[in-house]
Amino acid sequence: MSLDFLLEIGSEEIPDWMIAPALNNLQDMFQTLLDQQGIGGMVKSVDATPRRLVLRAAGLKERQEDSEELMLGPPKLAGPGAATGFAKKMGVKPEDLGTQTTAKGEYFSFRKLTVGRDTKTILSESLRELILKIHFPKTMYWNGKGSERFIRPIRWIVALLGDAIVPFEIARVHSSNHTAGHRILGSKSIVVTIENFEEELLKNYVILSANARRDKITREVQGMQIHHDAGLLETLVYLTEYPTALRGEFDEQFLSLPQEILVTVMRHHQKYFSLRGEDGSLIPGFVAVMNTDGDPNGLVKQGNERVLRARFNDARFFYDVDQKKPLADRLDDLAKVTFQAKVGNYLEKTHRIVTLTGTNASAARAALLCKTDLTTDMVKEFTDLQGIIGGLYAKAQGEPEPVWRAIYDHYKPLSMEGEIPATEEGKLLSVADKWDTLVSCFNVGLIPSGSKDPFALRRAAQGVVRILVEGKLAFPLKTDNEQLREFMRDRIEYYFREVRSFKYDEVRACMAVSWADLLDLESRLQRVQAVRSTPDFEPLAASFKRIKNILTQANVTAGGALDEALLEDGPERELHQENQRHQGKAIEDRIALLRPKVDLFFDKVLVNAKDEAVRSNRLKLLHNLLTEFSTIADFSEIVTEKQN
Amino acid sequence: MSSQTFQQMVFQLKTYWSDRGCVIQEPYDLEVGAGTMAPETFLRVLGPKPYRVAYVQPSRRPADGRYGENPNRLYKHQQLQVILKPSPADVIDQYLGSLGAIGIDLRQHDIKLEEDNWEAPTLGAWGVGWQVMLDGLEITQFTYFQQCGGIDLELVPAEITYGLERLAAFLQVKDSIYDIEWAPGVLYRDVRLAEEQQFSKYNFELADVEMLWLLFNAHEKECQALLKRKDAILPAYEQALKCSNLFNLLDSRGAISVTERVGVIAHVRKLAVGAAQLWNAREAA
Repeated sequence: MSLDFLLEIGSEEIPDWMIAPALNNLQDMFQTLLDQQGIGGMVKSVDATPRRLVLRAAGLKERQEDSEELMLGPPKLAGPGAATGFAKKMGVKPEDLGTQTTAKGEYFSFRKLTVGRDTKTILSESLRELILKIHFPKTMYWNGKGSERFIRPIRWIVALLGDAIVPFEIARVHSSNHTAGHRILGSKSIVVTIENFEEELLKNYVILSANARRDKITREVQGMQIHHDAGLLETLVYLTEYPTALRGEFDEQFLSLPQEILVTVMRHHQKYFSLRGEDGSLIPGFVAVMNTDGDPNGLVKQGNERVLRARFNDARFFYDVDQKKPLADRLDDLAKVTFQAKVGNYLEKTHRIVTLTGTNASAARAALLCKTDLTTDMVKEFTDLQGIIGGLYAKAQGEPEPVWRAIYDHYKPLSMEGEIPATEEGKLLSVADKWDTLVSCFNVGLIPSGSKDPFALRRAAQGVVRILVEGKLAFPLKTDNEQLREFMRDRIEYYFREVRSFKYDEVRACMAVSWADLLDLESRLQRVQAVRSTPDFEPLAASFKRIKNILTQANVTAGGALDEALLEDGPERELHQENQRHQGKAIEDRIALLRPKVDLFFDKVLVNAKDEAVRSNRLKLLHNLLTEFSTIADFSEIVTEKQN
Repeated sequence: MSSQTFQQMVFQLKTYWSDRGCVIQEPYDLEVGAGTMAPETFLRVLGPKPYRVAYVQPSRRPADGRYGENPNRLYKHQQLQVILKPSPADVIDQYLGSLGAIGIDLRQHDIKLEEDNWEAPTLGAWGVGWQVMLDGLEITQFTYFQQCGGIDLELVPAEITYGLERLAAFLQVKDSIYDIEWAPGVLYRDVRLAEEQQFSKYNFELADVEMLWLLFNAHEKECQALLKRKDAILPAYEQALKCSNLFNLLDSRGAISVTERVGVIAHVRKLAVGAAQLWNAREAA
């Protein structure tokens, strides 16, 4: 008979963003346990609310199979003394031993029978450790020093195998068949079976399935003109056991505040969906998701509206206070804002960014003002809006559009997929700011290593690369810092490989020539990518690899003028003449023309000629050929079919 | 919903926690930034002895002052601080019960516990927990202490910190803290507005920076001297608290430069951690 299994770990509220990874981890570990113990069964589902992680499995055996193992003892020749020792080791009497004949002779033996263990016993012994092993980013203890650690205190455990409770204990909590309902609407102690578990939870206002909670929210907000926000939806799904959407309003007068501020307050501070009209502009309303079944007397709506009003009033207050001191007057205050303890303050950083913006007057003005919003009350309150606030204030204070837009955009791109600044000044300012961050951090030894990157330097570098390439911005990445050069090299390689999907050997080949100018690099990459599919390319690339090896072995590092007289008639001279004939044509066009000559050369000509002068001349020929072809890429870096 | 006064609400919370075995303490009589800093929390959470205490703690944050002009921001706000050491298994239910005790029918409201971990580098202290959201309003900070003064705690206390002004504004349905009825016929503004105005002025404009530094150094010296002994831990900790408040004042005056800041924080931390270690050793003995 096969058995179903149910595990529920009842906890105090688990942070929403940790729940899905924890469930995956639980599922993997439990399946591994089933497999390793040979007790059959498959995990059927995992699900969770903030207060419970639940796993279901089916098809478990009642016990492991019995197994028999033939144990060989000492040779029979060793005599009864040895047999007694072996019998003792096996835990039996000498007369219980048998004998076994092998190629080496006759041996004492014993058929050891291992009785399969009870699945319930195995689970009972394993679950405590398994649960405590679930990975969470930050754990706590609650029963005193040295006691069990989990993400939050465990308050109950349901563990059922068929109809039976699988007994174990964690942190003074004993597994049972008692669960708990919704904190406010449900019962505190509910007896459940595997069959009625979800149903009982639902009666007690717990929707166990995240999908069902998501569907409920999605259904209820239909027609409310919400601004779709998948991240916020997930947060709300895992913040609630019984979600119910609630529509609220706010006073139209707040629409005069910048939309960015209103949205941030709603989204990040209050976890509300904002509402948008047909034209995309904000509507004076919001949708909150409650963790309860309704708001019959309108108190929740009233409460949320008051909180939002207070927040918006705060924002208005910050806005008005901030305007009393224009951004331009805040420059000196930046001396008191730390950029990084080892590097210095934001005033110093500002001056460096201004210098990096060069001759572009609008960008330089934007650079001068771009960090001043760090001293405003608004940014102190809404740190996510740094830059955006600066841009909006600059606009309100009469700075021209190229200036305020550059400030507004200068933290972009915020992610790998995020958009880059829209204007030339914005791109320049963004790159100048990020490049300064990279240079100054590297110069004081703040260098990312492994998973450690506290100043998000990888993101800064990635932003620089994306803006230079996708924004077609010319900005020299000049540095004497070898580690930073290496770091940028890696980032550039990563970008073209992972983001732009160029093949890694193409990226390497093109970067081997140069990566000082990323636009040039991009165009060379495109050329190599295009020519790669032509039939003559890879064989030629293989030949170049061969040339390179030959030159390396012969220690040839420079070419020079050929002595045509020394060229041997036939393949060598033909190769030279063919090459001469097509000088000036694009590399792409020369490949097909040259390939037969190169092949023939390697087929017929011995590079290591006996005559020193001929050999040297020949090596020069090869060197010149390689150099000419290496203007767009070092083709010897291309991994050819044969090598693969 | 009942329309009880600010003080009635405080009485009810105190009674509630008194009924659950808490010592009801009076506010600590020094300037502190939070109820956590009072020795009744900071030192009492250390060591193996169980303890339960609740007290209102006026908490000063000089940089948060708004001259009494912002309806939601105060230089000095009132916290109700509850410490249950060790935390009982039903601690959250007990907490929710306290909301019932002040007239909040949770069936009519939306309550959520949202992750919010707490860390005070100057105290070498941290814990994990939640902000408690009632209809979208943060009314309480709930923390399971893990470390204090850099020491792993023997018994894990639950710290429940109620923001009393917010809670009262919620109960009385007021948009401005200053409109809260403190006692019958007496508003919050009548009791506290002048203080907010004058201290904002003092904290941001008038405080004599040179004097503040002198005081800081004097209190630091006194603290260091006391930390060399084992019989004056509480006086030593008081000196550390004075330094902490002076640091906050200097900060709000904008008198601490970038380079100084990190150093000064490290000094205060050293004092607080020193006192915590002495106290911990004494408790464990």
